[in-house]
Amino acid sequence: MATAVADEAGKRQSPLSDAVVVRFAGDSGDGMQLTGGQFTLSSALAGNDFATFPDFPAEIRAPQGTLFGVSAFQINFGSSAIDTAGDAPDVLVAMNPAALKTNVPQLKQGGLIIADEGEFNDRNLAKAKYDANPLEDGSLAKWQLLKLNISQLTMDAVKPFGLGNKEALRCKNMWTLGLSLWMFDRDRQPLIDWLNAKFAKDPNLAAANVAALNAGHAYGETAELAGPLKQQHVDPAPAAPGLYRTLTGAEGIALGLVAGAQLAKLPMFFGGYPITPASAILHHLSRLKEYDVTTFQAEDEIAAICSAIGASYGGSLGVTSSSGPGIALKGEAMGLAIMTELPLVIVNSQRGGPSTGLPTKTEQSDLYQAVYGRNGDAPMPVIAARSPGDAFECAIEAVRIAVQYMTPVMLLTDGYIANAAEPWAVPDLTAYEAFPVEFLTEVPEGGFKPYGRDENLKRPWVKPGTPGLLHRIGGIEKEVDTGHINYAPANHQAMTDIRKDKIDGVKVPDQVVELGAEGGRLAVVGWGSTFGPIHQAVRRQRAQGADVSHIHIRHIWPLPANLGELLKSYEKVIVPEMNTGQLKTVLRDQYLVDAKPVNKVSGQPFTIAEIEAAIEGALG
Amino acid sequence: MNEMTTIARPTTLKDWETDQEVRWCPGCGDYAILKAVQRTMPEIGTAPENTVFISGIGCSSRFPYYMETYGFHTIHGRAPAFATGLKLANPGLDIWIVTGDGDGLSIGGNHTMHLIRRNLDCQIMLFNNEIYGLTKGQYSPTSRVGTTSPSTPYGSVDRPAQPAAFALGAGARFVARGFDVSKELPNVLKAAHAHKGAAFIEIFQNCIVYNKDVFEDFAAPKGAEDRQLWLKQGEPMLYAKGTKGIALDAEALHLKTVDVVDGDWEAAGVIVHDVTNRSVAHMLVEMRFGEFPMALGVLYDDPRPTFEADVVRQNKAAAEGKKADLQGLLKKGQTWTVTEGGPEL
Repeated sequence: MATAVADEAGKRQSPLSDAVVVRFAGDSGDGMQLTGGQFTLSSALAGNDFATFPDFPAEIRAPQGTLFGVSAFQINFGSSAIDTAGDAPDVLVAMNPAALKTNVPQLKQGGLIIADEGEFNDRNLAKAKYDANPLEDGSLAKWQLLKLNISQLTMDAVKPFGLGNKEALRCKNMWTLGLSLWMFDRDRQPLIDWLNAKFAKDPNLAAANVAALNAGHAYGETAELAGPLKQQHVDPAPAAPGLYRTLTGAEGIALGLVAGAQLAKLPMFFGGYPITPASAILHHLSRLKEYDVTTFQAEDEIAAICSAIGASYGGSLGVTSSSGPGIALKGEAMGLAIMTELPLVIVNSQRGGPSTGLPTKTEQSDLYQAVYGRNGDAPMPVIAARSPGDAFECAIEAVRIAVQYMTPVMLLTDGYIANAAEPWAVPDLTAYEAFPVEFLTEVPEGGFKPYGRDENLKRPWVKPGTPGLLHRIGGIEKEVDTGHINYAPANHQAMTDIRKDKIDGVKVPDQVVELGAEGGRLAVVGWGSTFGPIHQAVRRQRAQGADVSHIHIRHIWPLPANLGELLKSYEKVIVPEMNTGQLKTVLRDQYLVDAKPVNKVSGQPFTIAEIEAAIEGALG
Repeated sequence: MNEMTTIARPTTLKDWETDQEVRWCPGCGDYAILKAVQRTMPEIGTAPENTVFISGIGCSSRFPYYMETYGFHTIHGRAPAFATGLKLANPGLDIWIVTGDGDGLSIGGNHTMHLIRRNLDCQIMLFNNEIYGLTKGQYSPTSRVGTTSPSTPYGSVDRPAQPAAFALGAGARFVARGFDVSKELPNVLKAAHAHKGAAFIEIFQNCIVYNKDVFEDFAAPKGAEDRQLWLKQGEPMLYAKGTKGIALDAEALHLKTVDVVDGDWEAAGVIVHDVTNRSVAHMLVEMRFGEFPMALGVLYDDPRPTFEADVVRQNKAAAEGKKADLQGLLKKGQTWTVTEGGPEL
């Protein structure tokens, strides 16, 4: 992401020299996500730009100390524009042997390991499948190693508060955070305020946590001369003046949907069913009743979308949300929304598939499902968000298209966007143009036609309860204009053509080039959450003189009208995606361009280096 | 039923008929049910524009096309979910769900259960013909053991579901039974509409093509007196022209049939029907036809607060005293301001 004023390629020699990547890794119960979240806030207050990557297991309480129970949080912060959570960490904080084992391979050569040696006992080493203690056997020689008995240091620090052993050890993450704050020259006060507010009901526990935080910080100060630990100061990134907040993708979508409903002047109905990583949207919206939002936790994914369609039929903005497996279940109902031409927003927070796949890991492999995944000729607009902040804009756009064309719209995000946080310049809502919905309330001139159309091919929206406009809708093929049941061959041809023409005609903005020239040797075409690594990789390559441009597609269907010509203005086109080549297929099909796939399906985002390698490979 | 039960404009049967050609097989029980509904609506007195018929898939689910109201012919088994969204969006609407034994108990059994459990205010008419008609005659979840059909040429082996027992088990506060050509059907429909909450009506319906006369054993006019027990609130459970009744075997804790001599039903221990007695309702829905007459009419009726009313109440309470200030909401959370001098809290 970029809160920073966009820096043009070439202006900066080494764009990342002023950025640091820190990875906090520990057991699921060690509070690493919380530590990461608070360190993120501290980075924001220090004026750094940043991007984060929470990486946690699917199990809620995985057995302690196991390799699959490791939870990690990575943050990349710096004094220039940060687009990704960083390729390789500079610093790894490992709270136990399993955390070290699963995370150390990614650490930069010469990077710093801070390990809690108090947890490197025989039992934990065995659980992590270490034959020998890596802190002792020299196997970590290519990195700098700082062994600290964080467990014991924490216990000592919180001793005056009389906590039980278990509770005392829970303060470990605050000790670690304290040390991290010292390392990067950060102010402790906001964290102390936060702890006091969080544990307001238990002042003793608050004090213990503050003590642990302070002890970690003090340790940094006193240990400075002794080891590899050095204090580093990262300057603030240039950012436009204004109000900022941290925003996750789930928050961006929830707020964008509320904004969209307000701009459409509609009440919102959200039907959802719990599924990772989409549930967070349901949770956010459930607390926003004063914005005329009704949330409904349905009995299953199918009921979730059907209730949303029922609400749209009743004159609300129907919204449903899920992840791949749930989206598959909703397919038939999407067809009905297409057939009955009712507005609906379907949010798909993509995760690794197929089937249950990798529930907590990210992937972009539902593009085919979004564009093609229904029975019959069932066209539907598809929009993809590139970042948490962009998710806000995309949600508004999805609502706009849904009501202006009376159609379901699918909004794609992914697990990475849903969970990751970024700084977000709070937008001024008055800058958004409203698109109030007008319901048909009386018989128009020439008579009422439930499937009559305006210049957008949109049919009228009539709320049940309106006198004089009684009519029936359903999933059986409709007669042109009247909407009566009609199986006639010519009528089905006509209606299929109308449904296609309507969606083909959805007005979407022309495609812009994010970075680089229009036309040239190479275009790197992406969509969704790969924005960060692609953008940085193209920026770096351009800084080295490469003729490469970054194109990032928001409107997956229909595609921007100028996209075909734009792609043809490059000698080569590569398409990095976290799937086996889905957008690539669509681009080849639509434009007959020789788009080449660059694929990664490991459940982890692309690194900048991987994209750079692909660019270098394509340019030869 | 709903809040908008009184209207100024009276209607007639004609007002509830559409201009669409009815496309059921000649002689289908659905015709009789359609007429019964169209005849009952003027008596109920709701406005056609405030009435919505929602159906799933199957023969019965064509129903909305023939009612001059708002109508939504949805997808297989999911009508209850559409109804839930619609009712939450506009609690003032009078919603009727039309479903069948396959639609409502097989593919859509889950939704039927949850609609009933939540107690959404609507009428659920389940047309039970014990067969899949529209797909040409396969056995259904209510078909009797041994039903031969294209998919069970050697007879079905699975035990049938009992719709009324299913509904009551799911927590229904209103359970009734009727059958297609019964003169009593309009009264059952009116009672269902008068009940505030999910009102479940099992309507036995004769599929003359694939399961002809499967209900003749109790529905045939000849001998109906001996085979039908029409339940009436506050009246003894008598049948066979008052010569027989239903009593409780207090020791075995089940129902039994008793002979009534000289009309002295009290002496015979015949139970007086109390529609709010849930224990007796459980026994009535389980009463096996043959050994007992078929229990018809309103088996159970004891309203409690509806789902949509509780949702609306909670939404209102949660919004109480809060302003819908979205710009303010965007500014909430972990915020900081960037000025020329750098960031600050």
